Amino acid sequence: MKLKSLKTVTSSIAMLALGAGIASADEDAALIINGETEMVVRTEAPAHLENMDEIRSGWTFRSAETQALQMDDFDNPGMIFVDQAIDTWNQVSGSEEKSCASCHEGPESMKGLRTQMPKWNEAAGEVWTTEMYINDCRENRMGADKWGWNAKDMVNMTALIALQSRGMPMNVAIDGPAQATWEQGKEMYYTRYGQLELSCANCHEDNYDNLIRADHLSQGQINGFPAYRLKNAKLNSIHARFKGCVRDTRAETFKEGSPEFIALELYVASRANGLSSEGPSVRN
Amino acid sequence: MKRITLSATCLMASVGLVSAAEVAPENVEYDEYGAVAVSLSGTAGDAAAGRVVVSTKSQGNCVSCHAISELAEEVPFHGEVGPPLDGVADRWGEAEIRGIVANAKITYDGTIMPSFYKTTGYIRPGDAYTGKAATTDTLPPLLTSQQIEDVVAYLMTLKEE
Ligand code: HEC
Ligand code: HEC
Repeated sequence: MKLKSLKTVTSSIAMLALGAGIASADEDAALIINGETEMVVRTEAPAHLENMDEIRSGWTFRSAETQALQMDDFDNPGMIFVDQAIDTWNQVSGSEEKSCASCHEGPESMKGLRTQMPKWNEAAGEVWTTEMYINDCRENRMGADKWGWNAKDMVNMTALIALQSRGMPMNVAIDGPAQATWEQGKEMYYTRYGQLELSCANCHEDNYDNLIRADHLSQGQINGFPAYRLKNAKLNSIHARFKGCVRDTRAETFKEGSPEFIALELYVASRANGLSSEGPSVRN
Repeated sequence: MKRITLSATCLMASVGLVSAAEVAPENVEYDEYGAVAVSLSGTAGDAAAGRVVVSTKSQGNCVSCHAISELAEEVPFHGEVGPPLDGVADRWGEAEIRGIVANAKITYDGTIMPSFYKTTGYIRPGDAYTGKAATTDTLPPLLTSQQIEDVVAYLMTLKEE
């Protein structure tokens, strides 16, 4: 059974390679997963977004072949990693001899969480991402080692958690105690970093839908994360994606888990408020 | 007729070579519209070499943002972020084109187009595409003075009229 799904995946990837990456997508296509879960992939921009009327999921910018991979869980290569995370969820680890399941029961207890992430953590007095909540449990409740931001276990676990909110609208809070962090992220979004002097907005707000070389620029939304990329054949964290985009401006990047990227994550997440949480999505 | 004027200018430029040394990025004189009258290298540009700079990813990579029909067959995937450069020499003179390629932000305030002959004034400048911090205070410009002259010479061949 597992083997069969893996085969489907490989053959779809092979098809994709033949069909050249940029065959333009059907802009109005609807994303219905497994023939039943309808996703909001385009909707009215949230009120705080001044320069855009409509927000669109990165899925709407991909080729028909890439889009298809996300429409059925048997074809979505990201689901293999979700399966791995289910095993990890139930695995006892650390000095307290606990697993995630010891405290949270099934992964479905995480329903809705992804749509609010990142969010203000009252006890810590700062904005926390999913990764930070996971590591807090590992360290302080399980007595286990922290996972690296891009470690396989970590990214897989964020996919399992995201999946529980699939189809629910992104709904990140930007006011109250989180507001200062949100402002910092917004400032970063419009800063023209690096020797190419390019901001996130230059590509993802001013030029979405345009080709930059062979890449069809999307709005750079993160409602689909973690994202399985055909390019590196694994799940990718939000901060890894940010890092790649900053590096491509010939800039000194920020580190995964840095206060700067946490602030940027909050701001970028808020730009997707209203779109469905899609993780794990499939991108090229 | 046009052609004769052009080679006369080239000749003058190469005669000037002895005295006119390279203009360093910080010494480039832009007029109020962003045009640069003087050759940056002091050596006439080579259009064939410029054609390579424009289409090579590790060099100008201009085609990542601009389409150029004349190159389409050899170099696939041109961008749409900037205007197509077909006929650009009908729209602009050599000095204007040199100014745009050297530092487009003077001609077009706030443009997304990178400044190719500039070495300072960056936010978090990196060491090329490594993601690491730059190791020197001034960065090497994205293109050398001669590469810019070559690109200008190539763009001057893009005429439609
Ligand atoms: C030089 C252009 C450029 C800049 C500047 C840039 N990006 Fe990107 N970004 C891309 C390209 C190309 C892709 C891949 C195609 C796409 O999804 O747009 C991408 C993809 C993304 C994605 C994945 C979207 C998805 O649905 O999978 C995110 C998120 C993203 N960028 C965020 C950012 C942020 C945040 C910044 C600023 C720190 C930024 N980008 C700056 C070019 C850029
Ligand atoms: C990141 C995108 C980008 C890159 C890379 C880029 N340009 Fe541009 N370029 C633009 C944009 C956008 C404009 C239009 C000016 C504006 O409105 O901002 C422009 C304008 C121009 C113009 C004026 C065009 C006209 O018809 O009026 C020329 C000439 C030009 N670019 C040449 C080049 C050359 C040569 C290179 C490479 C060495 C290059 N550009 C690289 C984005 C880019």
